[in-house]
Amino acid sequence: MTTLFEILSALCLAGGGFFCIVGGIGLLRMPDFYTRVHAASLTETLGAGLILLGLMLHEGFTLVTVKLLMIGLLIFFASPTASHALTRAALLRGLKPLLDGPAENK
Amino acid sequence: MFRSLSALVALYIFWILLSGFFTPFLLAAGFGCALAVVFIARRLGLIDNEGHPVEMLWRALTSYWPWLVWEIAKSAWDVTRRILSPSLPISPTLVEFAPTQRTDVGLVIHANSITLTPGTIAVEAEAGRFLVHALTREGAASLAGSEMDRRCSALEPH
Repeated sequence: MTTLFEILSALCLAGGGFFCIVGGIGLLRMPDFYTRVHAASLTETLGAGLILLGLMLHEGFTLVTVKLLMIGLLIFFASPTASHALTRAALLRGLKPLLDGPAENK
Repeated sequence: MFRSLSALVALYIFWILLSGFFTPFLLAAGFGCALAVVFIARRLGLIDNEGHPVEMLWRALTSYWPWLVWEIAKSAWDVTRRILSPSLPISPTLVEFAPTQRTDVGLVIHANSITLTPGTIAVEAEAGRFLVHALTREGAASLAGSEMDRRCSALEPH
């Protein structure tokens, strides 16, 4: 049983790391501010979520797992609010989003 | 009253889980703190449908959150494929549509869910008008009258 949980935990951690890296690549490849936020949201949802899940599987049924769960809930409630505030502030300041594909704007 | 009691129970469980101490004195002190917080929150008028929407909890846990997690996983995979694809097949779109929620809590849940799903961000959220930035044209087109909209409305108290 322990080995099974260890393997699942390692898979989740590796998956979370993968999505964090892809989020980073997206951050570099995306053409403007708004599309970069989309790439960052990949890191904060599946990236952070899978890493927290991996750590929970590693810990088993302990108080540490409960605290990890609380961190996860906090991230899932707070990070969309932060993204929303960021993009709204950018739009209100007059930063025009690139629309309909990067090709025509190059 | 029911809402205050449920807030008290939630706060006390929260305190116990965070502290991890189980001596009688500390358990009583934690209960006192939870009681004080509930009392102050009541005086401030914070314990209402917005501050402590406990009647949504069961439906959120059993039906909305599992569905939302699956949606997040699906769209995260879609965004991942687009980021890693050499031609970067994105078509950023701003779209406006009217959400069907009646309460502020419902609107916030809907807007938060849109932003949480990779590929869409709620830029402006007001009653009857959401402005959403989507990474693709298809993502923008699927927002109005979506399954998410229907499920958020179903979460609201009837």
